[in-house]
Amino acid sequence: MTEAQMLKVRGLRTTFRTRHGAIKAVDGVDLDIGYGECLGVVGESGSGKSVAFASIMGLVRPPGRIEAGSIMFEDRELTTLDPREMQRLRGKEIAMTFQDALTALNPAFTVGNQIAETIITHDKSDGSKRDRIRRARARAVEMMTLVGIPDASRRVNDYPHQFSGGMRQRIMIAIALACRPKLLIADEPTTALDVTIQAQVLDLIAEIRATLGMSVVIITHDLGVVAEHCHRVLVMYAGQVVETGPTENVVAEPRHPYTSGLLRSIPRLNDRNARILPIKGTVPEPINLPDECRFRPRCPMSADGCRVPIAMRKIGHDREARCIFAGDEP
Amino acid sequence: MQLRTLIERILQLIPVLLGISIIVFAMITLTPGDPVEIMLGDQISTPEQEAALRRDMGLDLPVHERFFRFLSNALVGDFGNSFFHRRPVSDLILERLPATIELTLVAMLIAIGTAVPLGVVAAVKKGTLIDRIATVASIFGVSLPGFWFGLLLIMLFAVHWHILPVAGRIGYDFEVPKVTYLLLIDTILAGRLDSFLDALGHLILPAVTLGLPMGAILMRVTRTSMLEVLDQDYIAFAAAKGLGRMRILIRHALTNALIPTVTVAALETGSLLGGNMIVETIFGWPGLGRLVVEAIFSRNYPIIQTAVLLYAVTYVLLNFAADIVYTLLNPRVKL
Repeated sequence: MTEAQMLKVRGLRTTFRTRHGAIKAVDGVDLDIGYGECLGVVGESGSGKSVAFASIMGLVRPPGRIEAGSIMFEDRELTTLDPREMQRLRGKEIAMTFQDALTALNPAFTVGNQIAETIITHDKSDGSKRDRIRRARARAVEMMTLVGIPDASRRVNDYPHQFSGGMRQRIMIAIALACRPKLLIADEPTTALDVTIQAQVLDLIAEIRATLGMSVVIITHDLGVVAEHCHRVLVMYAGQVVETGPTENVVAEPRHPYTSGLLRSIPRLNDRNARILPIKGTVPEPINLPDECRFRPRCPMSADGCRVPIAMRKIGHDREARCIFAGDEP
Repeated sequence: MQLRTLIERILQLIPVLLGISIIVFAMITLTPGDPVEIMLGDQISTPEQEAALRRDMGLDLPVHERFFRFLSNALVGDFGNSFFHRRPVSDLILERLPATIELTLVAMLIAIGTAVPLGVVAAVKKGTLIDRIATVASIFGVSLPGFWFGLLLIMLFAVHWHILPVAGRIGYDFEVPKVTYLLLIDTILAGRLDSFLDALGHLILPAVTLGLPMGAILMRVTRTSMLEVLDQDYIAFAAAKGLGRMRILIRHALTNALIPTVTVAALETGSLLGGNMIVETIFGWPGLGRLVVEAIFSRNYPIIQTAVLLYAVTYVLLNFAADIVYTLLNPRVKL
């Protein structure tokens, strides 16, 4: 890809040192996010997708540690950025929403308070404290209206538990967007929601992305969500990227058996005969992974050639997959 | 919180308090030992004299009449006369109460003031030396009996090093005008630094002794709930918002971690009342606790009755206050 990237991650490795050994949660991840782009990151629980983006946010908690790699956000290298600079960047330039808004919002404060808090924290303008608080409160109501919460000026004083699940998700999005970030990382934005609400929240994110012109990462285990909303997709397995490319191509013609497996396990409404085929087995224990294709034990196509570390192979100009059967040259 | 529910809650306290007074009265009545006999002691008396004394103290009436007389008098603040002092019980207790309130308040402040910050630090620095020291200290604090710890402090600070006085509330040469009856405040109001320091010196050992177990338990509770809260999503989300570490710890974590701490603090403050009796006895503190201990030894029913009732009412009110603070901290809970 030649156009300017907003975020460029190379060889990211995040490891959790535990008593039982080192857990390589993220093991050599490369990824790019362009301006205005929506990237979908897919994978089962434990695939390292959340840890990868926590690393980008600088929010990996001990015993986790970024061991290697580079994270370039525009012209700044985040892995070596001063912690105070990093703090200023969080919430202001890169914002994040969590899976479950009920647990991510502080139960002790009103939602208006929590939205305004972000705004005040990043408001470096002059003016009296009182002025800034008043402005932040007004902006909180504005943000709540923007994310589609009816009667925002009254509800701004309600507590998180007084909202429904979908409304809470919207509030979390309002908090994340309050400072107009350049990049929004939405970690499982729909998992905790009813199906009908899921669509609303995803549409909202798409709409705001278009209005504010920001880039969005949707982390999910649901390829269906990605297919509908993301320009590009990144499939992760056991701490590695196994396939990446434009969503429509990857969905139409997956080149990694894991991606194919994920696609087959999506229920389809339009085909009566299609059966849901689960991927057999589970994600391997991330401790002491063997030096071979990590999907090999579960792969229907595994061959002798899979018993060595597999590198990403290019497919055309915009796709890659980590499989010996992928690639232009067999 | 609505005024209506608040009033309802206050009204609910009435049956509780009535129940307490019945239990208190029953316990006293059923306790073996005849006050008249104890009072007369070795003196030779005629049955007529004994009967007169009994009638005089109201002990000849049937039980239920004695109870209702006790209750209706109590409502107007008349708790009868002390069998021995021959003075109204209310006077005796009011005389002693400020000393106990002062001691309890300072013990509470010491306990909360050290326990909460220490608990927070121990949780944040979990597994480090500070955490281990705090944990060991809290085990000592809970397990050391007050009478032993108090004596130890007296031996070290008063007897051995002569830094602090052995007992009492203030030196004999200090005369402080009584305004609030709390010496620390009265000495300041009088503008007398020397008497303030003397009063503080007298207060510090008993307050530490009294506050130690409460502080130890509060430290544990704060540490545990803080650890739990720090693991919550909303702490990670607060960090993702770009908030500073102190703001996250104090505002986002501690506010939630204090919820269990407040409940335990209220219960523990109640148990300070019991601790008072021991501590006041050891340190010769002229408070209610010592009055009660003396009264128990001499079967001085009116004083015991009133004091126990007072303890119970305080306990109930403390819990009520804890409930209110609890709802303020935790908007999910309604009264």
